[in-house]
Amino acid sequence: MDVKALTLKSLELRKVVLEMIMKSGGGHIGGDFSVMDILVTLYFDQMNISPENMDDENRDYFVMSKGHSVESYYAVLAAKGFFGTDTVINEFSQFGSKFIGHPNNELPGIEMNSGSLGHGLPVCVGMALACRKENRPSRVYTVMGDGELAEGSVWEGFMAAGHYRLSNLCAVVDRNRLQISGTTEQVMTHENLHAQIESFGWNVIETEGNDIAKLHEAFDQARAVTDRPTCIIANTIKGYGGGEIMENKVAWHHHVPTKEEYEEIVKAIDAKKEVALHE
Amino acid sequence: MNKIPNRQAICETLMAHAKEDKRIIALCSDSRGSASMTPFFNEFPAQSVEVGIAEQNLVSIAAGMAHCGEKPYCFSPACFLSTRSYEQAKVDVAYSNTNVKLIGISGGISYGELGMSHHSAQDIAAMSAIPNMRVYLPSDRFQTEKLIENLLKDEKPAYVRVGRNPVEDIYGEDNCPFEMDRATVNGEIDAQNDVAIIACGEMVRPSIEAAAILKAKGIKAVVLDMYCVKPLDRAAVVKAAGNARLVLTVEEHAPYGGLGSSVAVEVAAKCPRKVITMALPDDHVITGKSPAVFDYYGLNADGIARKAMENLE
Repeated sequence: MDVKALTLKSLELRKVVLEMIMKSGGGHIGGDFSVMDILVTLYFDQMNISPENMDDENRDYFVMSKGHSVESYYAVLAAKGFFGTDTVINEFSQFGSKFIGHPNNELPGIEMNSGSLGHGLPVCVGMALACRKENRPSRVYTVMGDGELAEGSVWEGFMAAGHYRLSNLCAVVDRNRLQISGTTEQVMTHENLHAQIESFGWNVIETEGNDIAKLHEAFDQARAVTDRPTCIIANTIKGYGGGEIMENKVAWHHHVPTKEEYEEIVKAIDAKKEVALHE
Repeated sequence: MNKIPNRQAICETLMAHAKEDKRIIALCSDSRGSASMTPFFNEFPAQSVEVGIAEQNLVSIAAGMAHCGEKPYCFSPACFLSTRSYEQAKVDVAYSNTNVKLIGISGGISYGELGMSHHSAQDIAAMSAIPNMRVYLPSDRFQTEKLIENLLKDEKPAYVRVGRNPVEDIYGEDNCPFEMDRATVNGEIDAQNDVAIIACGEMVRPSIEAAAILKAKGIKAVVLDMYCVKPLDRAAVVKAAGNARLVLTVEEHAPYGGLGSSVAVEVAAKCPRKVITMALPDDHVITGKSPAVFDYYGLNADGIARKAMENLE
C-alpha cells in the first residue's frame, strides 16, 4: 500500500466534499472530514469492492451507518469509479436528484439506505451471518459515529455479533468526540468505550483514525482475529484537514462555509498535502 | 372445530419449502414458541436465527441477510414488531427494499387479557403508511398457506398479521380460491345486493355468518375477504359495492387508518354511498379473552348483522 498516495487522495477528496457542500448549501462537513481517511483506507486498501464486482456475492460488504457523512462517502465512491465526481458535485441534494443527503441504494455502490442512526451495525450482523452461512470469503464493514453509540439498537448489534462470534465483521467508530450539541462526554458519556465493547465479546483495537498507515495496520490485525468480531475505535479529529478554523469545533457539524472560510479550508488542505508530499 | 392456528400453517408451509430452498430463514426474538416455529428451529437449525428479546435487531439482521440473498421471515408478536421495530421496517426493509417478510403473531387483541402493551390495534395503519410495505391479514389456515406460498415467490417487503388462536375454517384443502392481491368473494356479487361486507383476518368468519343471518331476514349481503389490505383490491371494492345501499367494513383494529379507512376512501371516490366501519374503539380495549372482547364490542356475527340492519333502515 502506498500510504503517501492514499493520504494525498484523502486530502484531495475533502476538496470534493467541500465543492458538494458549497454548491448545495448543505451537508455535514465536520464528520465528513474526520471519517475520510477511514473510508479511503477501506475502499482503496482493504475492501474487495469495486464497480466491476458489485454483483459478485463473494465481494466484501459495507454499510455507512453514520449516513450524514454521505458527502465523503459519495466522494470516495466517485473516486472508485461508481459514478462521476462532477456528477455528484453538480447533483448532490439538488431537486429530484438520486444523490440524496443520506446514502441511497438506488445509486451504484451503495448497499443499504441509512440516515437514521443505529441501523448499520445490526444490518451488518445480518450480512455477516448470511456470508458465514454461505461460506463466502466476504468481510463486512460498517462505520459508526461516536454520538451514534447512544442508540440502543447499536448495542443490540454488538450483543448479537459477540454472541455469534462473527469474525467476518469489523465495525469502525469514528471517534471524533464531538456531536451536534457538544462533546460526546457532555452529551452522553462513553468514557469506557473500549471496555464496554470488549465486554460484549468483541476484539477492540484503538488507533489514530486520521493516519492511513495506522488504519491499515488496525484493519490487518482485525482480519487476523478468527474467533470474534473486531471494533476499531478510530480516534479522529472532527473537521480534520480543514485547518484551524474548523478542526475540533462543534459548530462545524453541519456548518456551510462562507466564501472566505472556503478559501481558508482549501489553503489548509493544500498545506497538508505539501507536508504529506515531503514526508 | 379447527385446532390449527394460522401461525402454525405458516410454520408448516415454510418447512415444506425449507428443505429444498436453503435460503429460507426464520428469525425469532425469543418468540419461537409463540410463533409455532419450534419445529422449524429444530429441523432447520442452519436456517434459524435467534436474536433474543430485541425486535429492532430482529428486523435489521433480517434486512442484512436479505441483502445478501437470503429469504428471511421475522416472527415476533405484532404488538412489538409493528411498533418497537417500526423504524427498522421503514428504513432497512421498505426503504432499502430488502426481501424481508415480517410476520406479526398474536395480532390484534389475541392477548386480550394482557393489556394495551400487548395489543396491536395500530399495526395496519402503521405498516400501511410505509411506502413499499404490503399488509396482509389472512382469514383462515388454508388462505394463510396460499398467501405464504405466494410470498415465497416474490422478493418484496411484506407485513403479515395472524392471530394467536385457531379460527374456524372458511375454505378447505381443495377449496380455497386465491389470487394474489385480489380479494376472495364469499357469496355472489349481483345487482340485488343490499350490503357489501368487507372484512379481513379474524373478522371474515363472523362476517360470513352475519351474511347468513341477514339472508334469513331477506337482506342480501356479499362478503369480501380483503386479506390484502395493502395493496387494497380497489376494483373488488367498487364491484362489490355495486348497487348495494351500504358498505360495511369489519376489522380487528383501531377505528383509524385501517381497512375501513382505505375502503371509505375508495368508495367515496369511485361509487359514493354510505360506509360504516366496525372496529375496536379508540380507547383502551376492555380486558378479557378475545372472543369475549369481540362480543362486548359487537364484533361478532350478531353484531355485524345488527349493524347492517340498523344502517339499512
